[in-house]
Amino acid sequence: MVEHLGFGRRLFLGVNYAALAALALLCLLPLIHVLAISFSSSQAATAGLVKLWPVEFTVSSYEFVLAKPAFTQSIGVSLQRVLLGVLVNMLLTVLIAYPLAKEAKKFPYRTAYVWFFVITMLFHGGLIPLYMTVKYTGIMNTLWALVLPNAVPVFNVVLLLNFFRGLPKELEEAAFMDGAGHWTTLWRVMVPLSAPALATITLFATVGHWNAWFDGLIFMNSPDNYPLQSYLQTVVINRDLSLVSSSDLKALAEVSDRTAKAAQIFLGALPILLVYPFLQRFFMKGIVLGSVKE
Amino acid sequence: MLQKIKSPYWPLHLMLLPGVLLVLVFSYGPLFGIVIAFQRFLPAKGFFDSQWIGLDNFRYVLDLPDSSRILWNTVIIAFFKIVVGFIVPVVVSLLLNEVRKEMFKRSIQTMIYLPHFLSWIILGGILIDILSPSSGIVNQFLVWFGIEPIYFLGDNAWFRPVLVLSDVWKEFGFNTIVYLAALTSINPSLYEAAIVDGAGRWKQTLHITLPGMMPIIVLTLTLSLGNVLNAGFDQVFNLYSPQVYETGDIIDTFVYRIGLVDAQYGVATAVGLFKSVVSLVFISASYYLAYRLANYRIF
Repeated sequence: MVEHLGFGRRLFLGVNYAALAALALLCLLPLIHVLAISFSSSQAATAGLVKLWPVEFTVSSYEFVLAKPAFTQSIGVSLQRVLLGVLVNMLLTVLIAYPLAKEAKKFPYRTAYVWFFVITMLFHGGLIPLYMTVKYTGIMNTLWALVLPNAVPVFNVVLLLNFFRGLPKELEEAAFMDGAGHWTTLWRVMVPLSAPALATITLFATVGHWNAWFDGLIFMNSPDNYPLQSYLQTVVINRDLSLVSSSDLKALAEVSDRTAKAAQIFLGALPILLVYPFLQRFFMKGIVLGSVKE
Repeated sequence: MLQKIKSPYWPLHLMLLPGVLLVLVFSYGPLFGIVIAFQRFLPAKGFFDSQWIGLDNFRYVLDLPDSSRILWNTVIIAFFKIVVGFIVPVVVSLLLNEVRKEMFKRSIQTMIYLPHFLSWIILGGILIDILSPSSGIVNQFLVWFGIEPIYFLGDNAWFRPVLVLSDVWKEFGFNTIVYLAALTSINPSLYEAAIVDGAGRWKQTLHITLPGMMPIIVLTLTLSLGNVLNAGFDQVFNLYSPQVYETGDIIDTFVYRIGLVDAQYGVATAVGLFKSVVSLVFISASYYLAYRLANYRIF
């Protein structure tokens, strides 16, 4: 289509492109600034010389941070948590979404189950009762305390079940005609057809577990078991010096509190920055498909 | 009996079983824990032997000089987040919709979605650094323009605007997704007809695009009603300090402090219960409205 562009239209487009580019930069620049600080010398950082490019390039803050056992340990806890947590989340999401995607005619208990799960979205016991529950189940201070209370991500279940419902009914019927049961239909027909939705939900679950910090803070008795974000909360946000050993303090004098924090912030964001571009193209599709209903 | 075992539903029940058990323990379990809102709860005595005190915990909180302030902070912060956080994505998606260069559009989308995926720990760390009154880059710029440095995170006049703006900054891009989806579903023949009638871009936006977005706008607004008491624990907790309790302390941070820091379990649970009940009313109302106005159902 050939569109004749008048002056007003071209002016608008120019301003529009510029405004959108500015907004997009606004989202990236703070991150780039912190990245630049993390690679700058402590003197340059404290003197406020660093803008968007490292000044007096050095990796000493990364050496300092990665030599801290507490930091690397917390990365280990986070990785375990993501692995176990996402596995549990995905398994349960698929297993719950399939029966709930059935029509009430085909699975009369569906409505009861739906309410059972929806109520948990609407009404919570609150912080203290949850804390007590975790305490009484005896999983305090273990990885399970970070995994089991979030085992059923109801929102993701909703996304997936809406996706399942959008698939052609004939496929399911054909599978049953061929003698497949529910389990075979689920794993052989529904799951392979749901790759975009499953990729989206995996991204959400991964990001959710990687980013979680509060449960680590309250369910882990010892900072040794903190996942990375909980650990960062105590050292980057709370400026809790009790977790910094005396040898750390000596090293801190050389790398400066600011560059060390910047390095930790960047390392904490790094896994997200790495997986994001690959999964990003899925989630736009996945969300839209999961939210649009006939 | 045999009939029952042969029921075609048992594989479905079996699939649901693990999820049901976990939800029973970790979502319904805490609901029973609510009884401690009515007790002088002592962990050593447990639920069964702690003393029942009726509504004393609620009365205690109501008598605190801070309680009305905390409720007000929560509502006002949540309100501005809802309003600004609604306007910005709508405007941005309209602007994005005018972009004809696919590559440009995609690059912008990729960049503006990113903050949504970073935790408030990461973003909090970044904000604390760039907003610092002594070394932060924002204040360096202000000084450059001859403006006195502002202690954004320690000043009661600035704390709420910072909360609202940084929350919008984190989420606006991601929230454009639903509006962009709504825009693509508008029938192109409507635009063609409008062009034939001599409508310019602006007229088209006013008479076709905006009405086309109306259902989803109504839907997001009604659903956000359920969040009037959710001012954002993660964000506030990681940005606030005792200096800004006056304007920044919200129900969730207050519950954390009296509950887990001061170990007043009963009082904290009472506050949490109050929040849950009020939220339930608002969420139910918003779902009902969304159903009536936009024919929306979660399932």
